[in-house]
Formats: sequence, structure tokens, C-alpha cells
Amino acid sequence: MANAPALDIDHVAKLARLALTPEEKAKYAQQLGDVLHHIAQLAKVDVSGVEPTAHATPIFNVWQEDVARPGLPVADALRNAPAQRDNMVIVPKVIE
Amino acid sequence: MSSELFYQPITALAAALAEKKLTAVELTQAVIARTKATEPRIHAFNSHDEADALAQAAASDARRAAGQSLGALDGIPIALKDVIAVRNQPLTASSKMLANFVSPYDAGVTEKLRKAGAVLWGRLNCDEFAMGSSTENSAFGPTSNPWDTTRVPGGSSGGSSAALAAGSAIATLGSDTGGSIRQPAALCGVVGLKPTYGLVSRYGLIAFASSLDQIGPFARTVEDAAIVLGAIAGHDERDSTSFKTEIPDYRAALATNRGPWKLGIPKEYFAEGLDPEIAQAVEQAIAFYKAQGCEIREVSLPHTQYCLDTYYVIATAEASSNLARYDGIRYGHRAAGAKDVVDLYYQSRAEGFGAEVKRRIILGTYVLSSGYYDAYYLRAQKVRTLIRQDFLNAFKEVDALITPTSPVPAFKLGEKADPLALYLCDIYTIGVNLAGLPAISVPCGFTKSGLPIGTQIIGQPFRESSLLAIARAYEQAHSWSTKHPIL
Repeated sequence: MANAPALDIDHVAKLARLALTPEEKAKYAQQLGDVLHHIAQLAKVDVSGVEPTAHATPIFNVWQEDVARPGLPVADALRNAPAQRDNMVIVPKVIE
Repeated sequence: MSSELFYQPITALAAALAEKKLTAVELTQAVIARTKATEPRIHAFNSHDEADALAQAAASDARRAAGQSLGALDGIPIALKDVIAVRNQPLTASSKMLANFVSPYDAGVTEKLRKAGAVLWGRLNCDEFAMGSSTENSAFGPTSNPWDTTRVPGGSSGGSSAALAAGSAIATLGSDTGGSIRQPAALCGVVGLKPTYGLVSRYGLIAFASSLDQIGPFARTVEDAAIVLGAIAGHDERDSTSFKTEIPDYRAALATNRGPWKLGIPKEYFAEGLDPEIAQAVEQAIAFYKAQGCEIREVSLPHTQYCLDTYYVIATAEASSNLARYDGIRYGHRAAGAKDVVDLYYQSRAEGFGAEVKRRIILGTYVLSSGYYDAYYLRAQKVRTLIRQDFLNAFKEVDALITPTSPVPAFKLGEKADPLALYLCDIYTIGVNLAGLPAISVPCGFTKSGLPIGTQIIGQPFRESSLLAIARAYEQAHSWSTKHPIL
């Protein structure tokens, strides 16, 4: 990590399901290269024996009673759907 | 009441409402008129609904007339950052992705404000998905700073700070992931409080970085901030990181918590890059506490230099995960003419997200990707432990820490085009989010050119009462909160 490896922008954009123009790819690769270069100093910190912190609240597990309760009504759940029919969201064909 | 109702604090307005010298409808009308007068120059709001606000105000007046007032916030117009859900109102996160989204439910804090009788007024501009420090990343155009409309109001909650400074709301809510309440509060000359992580429910807050995000108030005075915090704090089972703790009467605690306090000055926060006028104003605030009999002690937070990097790994990793939900299927922007469902994801996200959001999604995806997870994300979480430990060690010696809020005053719109330069604006605020601590920015003066300066006070987890009292002691001895921009 000391020398940040080059960011493979095509691979990462595919993982993120994000279409980028050639101009965006060039710009982000350069800008993120700068940021990664900066971030590389984290390698200098001695973290041996240190536990990771996921969040700072002293909560480690949360249990709730398994009780049925009303959910969002169908009309509310669908009101922001880009395309819908018969209480369902319409999507492009998934299986050929 | 004075003609400038919209610049009065909640405490004064609540008293006038209780004494029937003022109605909630009159107050709401004054705020609406002020908003109409200033919005062409400020653009703090993404949307507002006058009829809805006036109906809420009329309901408040009816309650009061029936002797059923809900307390200090009953009838007070409060505007919310456009990342907090208000049922049947738009919720955009200042993104094209959600340009047409309407909230199907209320956020936890929205429910609580309704129960307190507040008049929910308008949705405030911010950086897209709360990512930024200047509100210039909004898909709907930037917000201007009321003190100098050629300058930014800070960010990401820049609409929240600008609307309050302009008199277009009596208090506002924002969200703070790396400084997004405190920094705009400092740049606009108002009070901004980021509560302890887990004190305020995140249910109904559009997620940016879930382990860092926290909702908090902007207010004219520390006492007003205490009132709003008291209304929105408390456990909510719909947020699994919401903490079960007794919520004190923060306002009443201001009177009983009188110090003197032991205050720490983290030496790493007064290093190079700090504007000399800000350094001087904060040093004068420290001198005030010393003169009041507080013990001032220099402390060290040795991992401070790693805060920015740790933050940008963790925040972007969580953002890339949280924003994966915007796929154009169930809600949000859907691209036309996609070849198949996977192409629909690619194109909808490409069209819906702005440049900074894409940049952070890519960085976050990279640091979580196979082969790099341990080196970046896991390592950053471990450094986060050391950063938190630094603060907890300091709190063995002192009650609170005093620092500048922002290294620079409000800068010109368009001035910071380089992402790294803009990230450095958060240098004094992000450690607090990584450590999950409460912190407040309080006005502490102006630069020679008339731009507000804020000082940050950092408190111990869940000790907001003490934090607010320390801030209040300074505020009461100074008149910064009575100064308003000429608009």
C-alpha cells in the first residue's frame, strides 16, 4: 500500500455499475490518483493489535420482538416507481 | 414584537406566542415573506410549501387557543435539509437522481418535530447526497452566503445555515458526516450542533456514510439549539445504532451546569494552514474561558494527521455501498433506451449522479474491492480506533476541547475546484465524526472583511448538557448572535 497501485478505472466503474465517458475516466483517474497518493500515508500507522471500529456507539447487537406490524401501503411504496402496472414495478426483460 | 420577527430566537418567540402577543400564523407569514424576499439572492431552499406551512401554523394556534400548547417549539417554523424525509413532500438530496421523489413517510426527527408542534417549513439545499463542503455540488445550483453573496455558505448543509442567517427559518436541521453542520454554521455566523452518534435517529435520513452520519440543529442561540436537540433526541428502534439513553432537559441543564470547566486545547489543531484571523478569534475565546476561572490545558491528539485519510476511506466506502440502491428500478431517475436491465443500472446512475458523487462512489468501490479491502478499509477502521482513543485519553484530563471550526472563512463560489483542496476544509471537524463525539460551532467574531468566524467545542459522548453549557457561557458574554447580515 505504501505505493498506491494505479486505479483500474474501467474495472472499478464496472463494479460500481457506473457508465463513464472517456473524459470522466481520464479526469477521475487523475484526481483519484492524487487522493490515493495522500491516503497512502495510512500505511505508516502502527495498527498491530488494534481492533477495527465499525461505528463509535457502544451497541453490539440489537434484538427486537418478532411482531407483525403494518408496512408501507402498496400505493405509497409504488408512488416513486419510474414505471408500474398492476401493483408491480416494470423493468426491462431480465431473462432471454 | 419587533418588525424583524424572523431574526428572533425561539426563546423570545415562544414567550410571545405563549403571551398571545403573536400567533403562529403571523410568525409563519413573516418567515414566508422573508424567504420570498431573500431567495432570489440566497437560494437556500430546494422547495417549500406555503399552504402546508400555514395550515400547520393555524393548527398550532388552535392548540394554543384550546390550552393545549405542545411547548416551546409549538408554532415555530423549522426548515429541514433536503435529505430528511417529510411525508408527501419532495426529497431530492439535491440530486437529479431524486429530482421527482416524494417522501412516502416521515423521518424519525420529522415525527418528533411534529409532536413538538413545530411548523415544518421547506427543504433546504445541500451538496448532492451531502457530499461536499460548499453546497456547490447541488444539482439545483449553489446557495450563497448571506454575509457575502459572492461566497459559499459552507456545506454540505449550506442551505440550512444560509436560510437561518437570512431569516428564512427560525431554526433548521442539517446532517453532519464530516463537519456538514458545524462548518456551514461557522461560515454563516450561527450555532450548529452535531450530537453524539446514536443520540438522534437516522431513520428517514438519506444515508451517506452510515457510521458517521448524524442529524443536528442549526439555531440562533445555544439555548435554541438545546430546545431543538431536546425535541429530536431519543431512541428509535427503526435505527439499529440508536442508543437507549435518558434524554435530559437540555435547556434546564444550561442553568444548573455552570463550571468552571477544564478545557483542552489540542495543539495539532493550531498548526499550519489556519487563517490568522480565525486563530486570533479562537484564542480570544480561550482567553475568555481562562478569565472565567476555567483551567486551560494543552492536550495532544497524536493521530490527527491521519483523520482526513481515514475519513475519506471510510466515508467513501460506506457511500459506495449506500448509493448502490439507486439503480433506476424502484424509485429515482431511470434512463431511457437501456438495452437490458444491467445497462439500465449503468445508464441511470451515469445520468442521475453528479461529478462529486461519482468520484466518491469510485473511490469507495475501489477501497472495498477484492485485494484492497485489508490495505484500505480495514486499516482505516483500525486507525479510526486510535483516533477515538486519542479523544478518550484527552477526556481523562479535560471536560471538553476547544478548536477552530474551519481553517478558513467563507471562500468565493467556484474558488476551490480541486477536490483535495476542498476536502481540507473539514480538517478540524472530521475527527469528531470518526470518534462519534458531540461538538458545537459557536460564532466567535468576524474577519476584518466582515465574514463570520466559528469556534468548535468538542464534548464527551452523550454529555451534550455540559457541551451546551460551556458554549452558552461564552455566548452570553458576547453579542455575536445578535448580529445579522444586511440583505
